[in-house]
Amino acid sequence: MATTKIVVDPLTRIEGHLRIEAQAENGRITNAWATSTQFRGIEIIMQGRDPRDAWAFTQRICGVCTVVHAVASCRAVEDALDIRIPPNANLIRNLIHGMQFVQDHVIHFYHLHALDWVDVVSALSADPAATSRLAQSLSPWPNNSATYFAEVKNRLKTFVGTGQLGIFTNGYWGHPAYKLPPAANLMAVAHYLEALDWQRDVIRLHTIFGGKNPHPNFLVGGMASAINLEDTATINAERLTDIYDIIRRAQRFVEQVYWPDLLAIAGFYKEWAGIGGGTGNYLACGEFPDGDVRDTDSLYLPRGIILAKDLRKVYPYDHQLVKEYINSSWYEYAQGDDAGLHPWEGETKAKYEGPPTPWTYLQGSKKYTWMKAPRYEGKPMEVGPLARALVAFAAGHEDMRVIVKEVLDRLEVGPSALFSTLGRVAARGAETVLLARRLSHWYDALVARIKGGDVRTHNGEKWKPESWPAKAQGYGYLDAPRGALGHWVQIEDGKISRYQCVVPSTWNCSPRDGQGQPGPYEAALMDHHPLVNPEQPLEILRTIHSFDPCMACGVHVLDATGRQITAVKVQ
Amino acid sequence: MYFPTSHPWIPDESLGQYFESRGVSRRDFLTFCAQMTAALGLSELMTPTVAAALTAVKRPTVVWLSLQECTGCVESVLRTAEPTIGDLLLDVVSLDYQHNIMAAAGHQAEAALQNSMAKNKGEYLLVVTGSVPLNDGGIYTTIGGRTAETILKEAARDAKAVIAIGACAHWGNIQAARPNPTGAVGVSEIVKDKPVVNIAGCPPIGDVVTATIVHYLTFGRVPELDYDGRPLFAYGARIHDQCPKRANFDAGQFVEEFDDEAARKGWCLYHVGCKGPATFSPCPIFLWNTRTSWPIGAGHPCLGCTERNFWDTMTPFYGRLPDVAGFGVERYADTIGAALAVGAAAGVAAHAIATGVHQMRQRRKALPVLESPPKKETGGGDGHD
Repeated sequence: MATTKIVVDPLTRIEGHLRIEAQAENGRITNAWATSTQFRGIEIIMQGRDPRDAWAFTQRICGVCTVVHAVASCRAVEDALDIRIPPNANLIRNLIHGMQFVQDHVIHFYHLHALDWVDVVSALSADPAATSRLAQSLSPWPNNSATYFAEVKNRLKTFVGTGQLGIFTNGYWGHPAYKLPPAANLMAVAHYLEALDWQRDVIRLHTIFGGKNPHPNFLVGGMASAINLEDTATINAERLTDIYDIIRRAQRFVEQVYWPDLLAIAGFYKEWAGIGGGTGNYLACGEFPDGDVRDTDSLYLPRGIILAKDLRKVYPYDHQLVKEYINSSWYEYAQGDDAGLHPWEGETKAKYEGPPTPWTYLQGSKKYTWMKAPRYEGKPMEVGPLARALVAFAAGHEDMRVIVKEVLDRLEVGPSALFSTLGRVAARGAETVLLARRLSHWYDALVARIKGGDVRTHNGEKWKPESWPAKAQGYGYLDAPRGALGHWVQIEDGKISRYQCVVPSTWNCSPRDGQGQPGPYEAALMDHHPLVNPEQPLEILRTIHSFDPCMACGVHVLDATGRQITAVKVQ
Repeated sequence: MYFPTSHPWIPDESLGQYFESRGVSRRDFLTFCAQMTAALGLSELMTPTVAAALTAVKRPTVVWLSLQECTGCVESVLRTAEPTIGDLLLDVVSLDYQHNIMAAAGHQAEAALQNSMAKNKGEYLLVVTGSVPLNDGGIYTTIGGRTAETILKEAARDAKAVIAIGACAHWGNIQAARPNPTGAVGVSEIVKDKPVVNIAGCPPIGDVVTATIVHYLTFGRVPELDYDGRPLFAYGARIHDQCPKRANFDAGQFVEEFDDEAARKGWCLYHVGCKGPATFSPCPIFLWNTRTSWPIGAGHPCLGCTERNFWDTMTPFYGRLPDVAGFGVERYADTIGAALAVGAAAGVAAHAIATGVHQMRQRRKALPVLESPPKKETGGGDGHD
C-alpha cells in the first residue's frame, strides 16, 4: 500500500502558525512532524530592560494566554528580588488567572474544537422538539425550549441558504467521522453562539482588576488596583459585587452548559478514548497558591510528574532537570547540536536550515521547526489539563478524584482511557468545573480579608532598584491553561541580563530530539491514529486541537548570547 | 468579524430589510446609529445620514490575515461591546477567511481565501493583524510554506481598503522593538498604493474596529486619519486631556508609591510612570470590555501602547515623564520627547513622541507621509526619525 503524504498548513482554529506533515497508510497515520512557522525573538528584545517592565513584554508573547506570562514574569522577578506579595494580591491574581482558565477553556471547546466533532450542516435536519428534550435531559439551563432551538435552526437554515458560508466554508461537513445525531449538533451550535456572548461578559473580571482584556495590567510586588470601600475610583463594594455576579454567571454556564455538553458529546466518541495518547509522560508544575507562591504545598492543583502512564507513582518536579535540545530546530549551540542546556545556561542563535520559500514539504529535513525540544531528564513530557488531572488524580486530590470518577462512570471506561485525545478534552472540562467553583473560594477569602481590615495590595519595600542586589536570579512557575510554564530571569545592576521561558506549547509541540523521540503532538498522531480521507484531515485536527496549541507562546529566544542573533541580522 | 449570531444577511437584501427581518425596531436601529455617530465624533445631525447609509449598504466581504502576532487583537475584537446590535454589525460583513475561527484547515482554508479574493476582486476589505518580518527572506513567519510578505502583497493587490488592526500591523510592535531581530514592519511599509487604516494599540479596543467598519460602510471611504494613519475619531485626543484624574493632576494630587493613601483615593498616576500625557488613545472615552473600566481606572499607569515604538520610547514603564506642566502642556511637548530619550533604557527612537505631540496641532490639516519604523537599529543609535 502506498504511503500518502499529508500537509496541514495552516492548521486553523488555534493560536498562531502551526504546520503538520504526516504520512498515512491504510487509513492510519504512520509518521508525523509538527512545525512552528513563526519566530519573533521577544526575549532578545528584553535584554537590558527594567525587570519591573518584564511582565508587559512577556505578556505580549500571547494575547490568548494573556495573563499567564505576565504572572509568571512577576513571580520570577519577585523570586529573584525576594519580594513577598500581600495575600490580597495573591488572591486577586488567583481570581484573574482562574477566570482566564474558565474563559479560555470554554472558548477552546466551543470555538476552536467543537467543529471537529459537531457537524453544523447536520444541525439543519434536527427536530427542535427532540433537541429540546435532549437539552432538558442534560441540564436545567433556561435556553432549552423547542421554540428556542427552532429559532437557532431557522437562523442557521437561512444562513446556509445564502450560499455564503463565511467561516464555515470548505468545512468537512458530512465526513463519516461525525457521529452526533442532528439534535446534539443543533444543541452544540446554539451553545457555540451563546458562549460568544458569555465570554465577553465574564472576562470583565480582568478589566475590573487589570483595566482591560486582552493584556490586563500587572505589577511586580502585588497588584495596582487599590482597595478602598469608601472611594469611587478603587475596588469598592460596587466593583466587588460586579465580580461576585460575574463569578456566578461563569459558574452557571460551566455547570449547566459546557460540562453537560462535553459529557454528552464525548458519549458519542468513545473510540477516541483509545486514540492519540502518545508520549505517556506528564508534567504539572502546579498552580493556585493559597499562601506564598514559594509554598508549593499550598497549591490547589498539585505539582508532580507521571511517567509511562503509571498512575501509581507521582514523582517530584525539579526545574533544574529541564533541558532544551535543538537537534531538529532552526538554532545552533556553541557546543554543537547534541547538547542540552538548562534555561539558566541556555543559548540561542537562530540558524534557518529549511528549504527556500515557498516550500512544499519539510519532512525529510533534519531540522524542521522554530520550536526547541524541552526534555525532563531526557524525556519528552506532555503538559496541560490532562497532565494536571492525572497528577492530581494520582496524588489523591479529593476534588479531582470525584470529578474524574464522574467522567469515567458516565463514559463507562477505566482510568487508562484518560491517556487519549478524548482524555484531554475531558480533563480540560473537569478542571474548568473545579476552577469555576474555586473562584468563589478566592472571592470569599478576599472579602473576608477586607472585612478584617486588610486592604493591602502591594509590597513596595523593594520597588526601588537601589534596594536590589547587584546580581540576582529567579524562577517563576505557573501552570497555565495549556500547561506548565517557567520563566527564568537574571538581573544585573538593575537590568535584565538574561531571560528565558519554557512554555507549554514548547513542551507539547516539540520536535524530535537527538534520541529520535518525537514530541507529544507527533507521538499522539502516531498512536493508533486513524485518517479516513487524507484529503480531509479531520482526525488530525481532533487530536492536535485536543492539546489547544498556542504557537506564539511556544517559540521564544533569549539569553546572554542574544547579541549573536543581533549580529546575524545586522548585515 | 462574522459569526452567524443572527439571521444571516442574504445577498441583494439591504441592511434595512435585514434588520427588519431580525426584528430590530427602527427606534433601536436609530439609537444604535446615534451611538455610532457619537463614537465617530460626528455631529448628531449626521445620525440620519449614518442611518440612511447603513440601511442601504450591501454585505461586503472581509478577508482577515493573521501574520506575525500574538492573537490578542482577534481576542479584543471578540470582546466588542454592543450587546445585540454589535453582533449584528459584525454580522454585517461576510468573513471568508480568518484562521482562528474558520472550520477549514490546510488547503481547504487556502482555497477559501483564493476563491473569495477572486470572486470579490477589487471589492473586499482586507483586515490584517500581525507584522511582516522581512529579514532573511521572510522565513520568520510562513503560512502554507509562503512568507507573510508574499501573502500580504497578494491579498492587498485586489483589496479595496486595508485595515491594520493593532500595534503589530501598525508598525511592528514588540518584535520591532530594539533590536528588531526579525526585521518586523507594519502593513503600511508593504502596502503603499491604497489607504491603510491603523487601529493602534496593543491591543486596540474592539469597539474601535467596529466603529471604523461602520464608517467605511456609511461613507464609502475610510475615516480621516492622523499623521500616523490612525482614525481621528478614536485617536484624536490625548489621554491626559480626557482623564478623569486630570483634576488630581492639576491640583498636585499624586500617587507616589503603589497602594499608598493617594492610590487608595484614586489620585493621578503621573509620578509612578503614567504615559497619558504623551499618548493619543480612545481608552478614557470608549473604555474597555463593555465600558467596564480602563487601565488608569484600575490604578495602573498608561503604558502608551497606541504610540509607535512605545516599547522603546515609553520605557521604563514606571519611569516618570519629565516636565509635564499642569497647564499649557503643549508647550512642553518637545521637552517630553527629548527628556524621554535620556530616561529610556538605551538607544531609542524617542523623537516619535515629540513629533507626534507636536504634529497634533496640525494633524487635521493633511495626512503626512507615514514614518518608517526602525528596521535594523544598531545598539545605541537613534534609528528613527
